[in-house]
Order: sequence, then structure tokens, then C-alpha cells
Amino acid sequence: MSKTLRINGETHEVDLPDDVPLLWVLRDEIGLTGTKFGCGVAACGACTVQIDGEAMRSCQLSLGDIEGEVTTIEGLGTPDNMAKIQQAWVDHQVAQCGYCQSGQIMQAASLLADNPTPSDADIDEAMQGNLCRCGTYPRIRAAIHTAAKMMQEA
Amino acid sequence: MASLKKIARRSFLVGSAAILGGVAFGTYKYHQPAPNPLEPGEGKAVLNPFVFVDQSGVTLIAPRAEMGQGVHSSWAALIAEELDVDPAQVTVIHGPAAKAYYNSAMMAEALPGRGYNASDFQHSLGQVVGNFSKFLDLQVTGGSSSMKDGFTRMRLAGASARETLKEAAAQRLGVSRALLETRDGQVLAPGGVTLSYADLATEAAAVDPQEAELRPAAQWKYIGKPVPRIDMLAKVTGTAGFGVDTRIDGMKFAAIKQNPHFGAGMRSFDASAAKDMAGVDQVLDLGDAVAVVGSNTWLAQQAVDAIEVDWEPAAYPETTKAIFAEIEAAFGDAPNSTMRDDGDVDNLPEGAELIEAEYRLPYLAHATMEPMNATALYSGDRLEIWAPNQGPTIVQKSAAALTGLDPEAVHVNTTYLGGGFGRRIEVDYCNRAVQIAQKLKGTPVQLTWSREEDMQHDYYRPGAIGRYRAAVQDGKAVMVHGKIAAQSTTQEGAGRMLGLPMSGPDKGHVDAAFNQPLAIPNFRVEGYIAKPMIPVGFWRSVAASFNGFFSDSIIDEMAHKADRDPLEFRLELARAEWEPAAKVLETVRDMSGWSGKTPEGIGRGVALVYSFGTPTAQIIEVADRDGEIAITKAWIAADLGLAVDPHNVEAQLFSGLAYGLSAACFGEITFDGGAVEQENFPDYDAMRMPSMPAVEVAVLQEQKHMGGAGEPGTPPAAPALANALFDLTGKRARELPLSRHFSFL
Repeated sequence: MSKTLRINGETHEVDLPDDVPLLWVLRDEIGLTGTKFGCGVAACGACTVQIDGEAMRSCQLSLGDIEGEVTTIEGLGTPDNMAKIQQAWVDHQVAQCGYCQSGQIMQAASLLADNPTPSDADIDEAMQGNLCRCGTYPRIRAAIHTAAKMMQEA
Repeated sequence: MASLKKIARRSFLVGSAAILGGVAFGTYKYHQPAPNPLEPGEGKAVLNPFVFVDQSGVTLIAPRAEMGQGVHSSWAALIAEELDVDPAQVTVIHGPAAKAYYNSAMMAEALPGRGYNASDFQHSLGQVVGNFSKFLDLQVTGGSSSMKDGFTRMRLAGASARETLKEAAAQRLGVSRALLETRDGQVLAPGGVTLSYADLATEAAAVDPQEAELRPAAQWKYIGKPVPRIDMLAKVTGTAGFGVDTRIDGMKFAAIKQNPHFGAGMRSFDASAAKDMAGVDQVLDLGDAVAVVGSNTWLAQQAVDAIEVDWEPAAYPETTKAIFAEIEAAFGDAPNSTMRDDGDVDNLPEGAELIEAEYRLPYLAHATMEPMNATALYSGDRLEIWAPNQGPTIVQKSAAALTGLDPEAVHVNTTYLGGGFGRRIEVDYCNRAVQIAQKLKGTPVQLTWSREEDMQHDYYRPGAIGRYRAAVQDGKAVMVHGKIAAQSTTQEGAGRMLGLPMSGPDKGHVDAAFNQPLAIPNFRVEGYIAKPMIPVGFWRSVAASFNGFFSDSIIDEMAHKADRDPLEFRLELARAEWEPAAKVLETVRDMSGWSGKTPEGIGRGVALVYSFGTPTAQIIEVADRDGEIAITKAWIAADLGLAVDPHNVEAQLFSGLAYGLSAACFGEITFDGGAVEQENFPDYDAMRMPSMPAVEVAVLQEQKHMGGAGEPGTPPAAPALANALFDLTGKRARELPLSRHFSFL
């Protein structure tokens, strides 16, 4: 089934069955590998992307159901032009193995868009679906607070 | 002697010649330098197996897997310290599988002795014995060994590279090398002449490698200070290449279904529904597994799910209960080891109070965030593998055996690892990709396991039973007698890895039980080995992950029996045995404001475990929130002797805590019908943002020897939490996971 997708400001034509999840369209068809496969059942958040700014688990979004602009980690910022939230992640040296961090950052970016000054409780609530087996949570929390400040000052 | 010393220097070893001549291990064979695996290209100087310089600058081969522990950044800092370059300007790559990249520190752990009380001589000896791993081609990442292994070798590599570049400059300018200096990637000559390393690369390649003395600690610019991680930018922008991100032109995607009964075969399968499904190219019979190759991982997975397979049954006990009955039966055999046997534990001291306790811990999965995967391309006379792995030479050797190719025809590319924790020291997932690639000659193929496949086909942390008899008298610990039974990770795992039968007393099996720095006059620890059943492997901190729980839990029980403050009780025992262990306890006491008293609804527990060369104390605070338990705060103090990057060590320590707490609260692999019952994160959960406590970490650098960072944070987490729950509720947890008896927020 041919389908037109808007991803990171670009248009992509893909020809895949309607039930293929967005995650596997991004990774195996389009070659955007920044979005990660972790569990396939929306239990880890590694595959988090934004659809029209809202954080979603791309392993649960069928190609046929996608409407709106998709933003992946590659669309948030690049090594030469990082988003503020990515800079905050660097400042706090958050990542260890780094595999879950694309999803963590996409989830946190969505939180900050809704709530520019999240409390610790707001962070707990928004980030509880994003698993990190390295346990980088203390630095993720600190980086979210820093990113909030950086965005306020901008 | 001089020539032996020179050879040792050339291969970046520091075992001194005097020691080499004096021990049985010091034969020439072990000290032949391994061949340099790097082929110099045009305009490129390969200065030694770890450093090459070309027009783009300095590249470091850091042949240890970057799995989150920061080894690439810290090894870059070690090289930079001697080479006079900014670590941020050093390109770091994993490099090939090669004998030159053996791990000298890991085998040293196998030396007899408790570790903490080793003399300088024994530590030097450890580095010599480390040569055994070269002999065995053991290029592995594990055992919290990378800094111990690289600390001297990397600085020597940097110093040698610097002097060789200076020699090239000296020859070009016709001046003495002694007149030259180096700074910021340049050689500085008298009269303001500067030559960049890149400019000197071609000439340096023709110069004999030079040797140099290492700089004293007082001159260090990078070691001991936080250095920004060189992988950070890629990891926050989605551009870091993990195993699953490998993309080769013409690559196919594969999914697999393996027998849930470990080691058993496949009778037959029916793929009639699968073969016509969308995106499917081929269904492959792998003998004891079935795979689907197609155009998309998810489509291949859907098809493999649709294959009906008749599996051979398990040849080991089929339920958790029956498996633990076998572990228990091991107590009926003679002990495999008695690594500590002080005083007399057979007779209870007159007037002492006896405590008897049995602890039981479950099998555990690693559950790395990146599921098992590997990519392979087989062309008949050559095999290339791309894999997130902890042991490239083991991958190479195993793939060679599988395909009949020479090891030299097998090229291993190590990607970033989306978590390792010991799982990726195994090569099963690489072998599966190779099997598939062999059937697709000329076509690259990436095999990704589903999370369910990953969870149900691990090399698990063994289930373990600890039986303890202990005694206190007049407020003091007078006896501990521990008996530990489990399958042996050392015998099964190392035997599998090295292809050698392992026998004799297994020190690893009782690590963090026999070698705890506590002065107890009557102290015996015996290890019992259960027969192989479930595949077991190296899980972060290995046997210390269960022995740390046993040995600290019994101390806590003794403290309460003696009506003593649990921290003061431990402190007294540690102070009399080994000062650094006492110091970490005092540090967490002071950081947390430990008073021995907690308000209603709050509990605190302390634990002290010595593992991988590092004494680590933790205090955990819990709170009762309407009957549910919140883990609110944790304090960690660890003494590493020397921390190459304290900010990174801090991250490793709280990471170890999180891994330990995840297992303590939720981790449990159970069996029914010979198969693992857990499938995915919903039934094998871990710490998450709301459950993770706030953490304060103190990195001490006071003990004489260098300790590990990646593992020592894990063992104290479970006992500290269980001890805190006892303080809060009066309920003593002798089994994990704690979610069986407590409800966590």
C-alpha cells in the first residue's frame, strides 16, 4: 500500500502493508535509525517519536493510521545544531549506553512543550514509560530541569 | 633481563623483569609481543596497536566494548595525557579482533587471595598472570577491568607515540630529540618551529618505536578530572551506530524462533502460513531453530511468529521448584571450595547466640535495552560480522569454527552496545546471524531478536541458595559460616568462552562472600556447585550479585540480634580488618546523617560489599506511603584508589545501584515446562523514573590499588534495600524479588 508521510519536514512515499508499525517504516524502510526498537509492546519507550508534537510509541502506530507530522530524534536537532534539550543532555553527561536516550529526549521534549516548568512529580508522571537499564534517571531529571531553564531564558 | 624488560615494554606490559624471572608464569612465550593488527596505509603512521596518526589527526583503537561505561572516553584521556593532544580531538574506534588487544587485568582476578589484602607484589604478579589472557586471545570487556587493564598500557602507548613523533621531527630538522617538546598535537622545536603530528605521520612510520618514562601524577592534566564523553553528542542526536543500526547495501532483515527448551533440538516445523506472508523472502531451517529472511524486520517477525514448531523437550528439570531442588541437592556433595576458613565454626562459642538463615535468589535475565542482534555477510571465503559484542576474538573464533573459515578470514566490526552487563560476552546471537548469512551467500543480513526471544534465550544469572549459621556474643560478631550453592558461571561460562574444561576450586563462585573485609574470628565460606541446567552467564557483578546479598544480610541480622546499630556494628568489623572498608562506611554515615534512628514511616538500611577491588557502602531510605513503599534516597561511597574520571565513575556507581535495585524489587526468571515464563518488560520490569531514588555519590581515592567501577555498585543495592525494609516494617526479606512480599510505588 503506498502512503505519503511527512517526517522531519520532508515527504516520504512508502510502499508497505498498512499494519507495519511506524518504527519499522522509519528504521528498515526510510533509514532513520535514531528511533530504537526495545520491546515492541509499548513498555519501554525506546521508540518514542512525536506526532504533531505529541510523544507517541512508534512501535504501536500502524502505517495506515498515521496522520500528521512525524518528528524523530534526527528532526529535533543535529550534532551541528542541537536542540536546547540535547545540549542539556550533553551538559549533564546523561547517556551511558545511550540506546534509550532518543526516546527519553523525545518524551521529555514533548513534556517541556506542554509544561515549560515541570516539577519533579510532573517529570515522574511524564517519563515513567521510558525505561533505562543503565539507570540514568537522576541525570535525565537534572537535564530536564536545565533544559526548562534554558528554554525560559531563550 | 634487560631484553625481557624491553619486550615487556614493547607489548605495553609493566610486569617488571625481576618479577618475570622469579615466577612460574614468566616464560618467554607469554611475553612475545602479539602481532600488530593495524596495516599502515599511505600517509598514515601506525605507531603501535593502539594509536595511529594520519592527515585527519590521532586515532585511538580502544579495543574494549563501549557499552555505556565510558571506556572510550577514559582510554582517550589516558592516551592524551602522554601524547599531548586534547582528548576531544582524538577519534576513538573499537578496532578489529586481534591478539594484541587481550585483557591483562581480567585474568589477574583469578589469582588466589582476597584482593583487598593483597600486597604490591601480588598486584604486580596479577599483571603478569594477566598475560595468560593474551595466550588465550581473550579480548574481552568485563569484570570491571578496563581501567586496571588500560591504565598503564594506554599511557605507555601515548608516551611511545609522542616520542616516536618527536624522533621523526628530530630527523627532519636535524636536531636532537631532547630539544623538542609537544603540545596540542604538535611538536615544538627551538626557534618557534611547529610541526603537526599529522604532518609527521609518514616519516614517523619509518622510525623505530621509541620508549619513554611515564609522567608523574603531579603533571596529569586529564587523569582524575571529568572529561566530556566523546560518545555523548552522537548518543543524544540519534547518530550513534548500535548493532541494530548497521546498514549495508542490499541488506536483508531476519527474525528467529529458537527452542524455548535450552539445548534441545527441533523435530519439525510447518511454515505454510509464513512463507506467503508479506515481505517474506525465505524461511530457513537452522537445524535447531527456524528463521525468516525478508525486507523488513517486523514483517519477518510476523512470519516467524506464524510458524508452528514441534520442539524437543528439555533435558533438565522443568520447573523452578525442581531446579531449586537440584541446587539444594548440591549441599549434599563435598564443597568445591573453602576459600576462607578462620578459627572454628563447628563449635558455637560458649554463651554465644546462634542465628540460622537461608537465603534464596532467583535466576535473572540481563534485559539489555538493545535486543540481541548481529549482521553478517558471507562470501564463501570471507565472513564479515557487525555486532555489539564484548569479546571480538571469541566472536571471530566461534564464527570460524561454524563456517570452517580461518579466523583471519573472519572480520569482526564492533558497534556501540545498547547495554552489555555481561550478556554480550556470549556469542550465540552472532552465531545465529552467521548461520543465516551462510545460507544467503553474498547477501548481507541483519538478525534482530524479538524482546521475547531475548528474554527467553539468555545466559542467566544463576539462581542461588545461601545457608548461613552465625553467632554474636556480648554485642560482637564471633562466627559466620556460609554455604553457597548455585550453578557455576565460571565453570560453565568461562569453559564455553575458552573452549576449555574448568575444574578446581572456583573462586568466582564465592566472590563477595569469602573475601569480605570483616574481622570475624570464626569465619568459613564453602562453595557448592549445582549441576548445569539452565544456561548461566556473567551478569553485572557475577556471583557478587548473590553473595553480596547473603553476606551482608547475615551481618544485618547479627547486628539486630546483638542489639547494635547496624552501621556501627559493620564499622567495628571493617576497621579491624581493612581501613578503606571502614572509610566508605564512615562516608555514607556522614553524608546521610545516619543516627541509627528514623521517624515513624521511614526506614533506613546500610550495606557494605567489597567486589572487583572496590569497597562500596550504600545507605537506602524507604518511606511508607499508605502501605506502599517508596525508595526515596540512596547514598553511595566507594573507594577506587584512583578514578580516571570521577564524574563517569559516579555514573557507573548509581547505574550499578539501579541495576541492583531493579533485580531486588522486580527481577525474577522462572521456569515451567522447561521454558522461561517471563516474556517482556511488563513481566520483567525495572527501576523507572518514579521508582528510582535520588542518589548522592562519593568517589574516594584512598586505597593503594585501583578498583573497578562498573560492577561494585550493584551488589550492595539489594541488601541495603532489604535492610531498610526490615527497619521500616520488621519483616526480614530472605528471598528476592522483594515485590513478592512488599508493594512498591
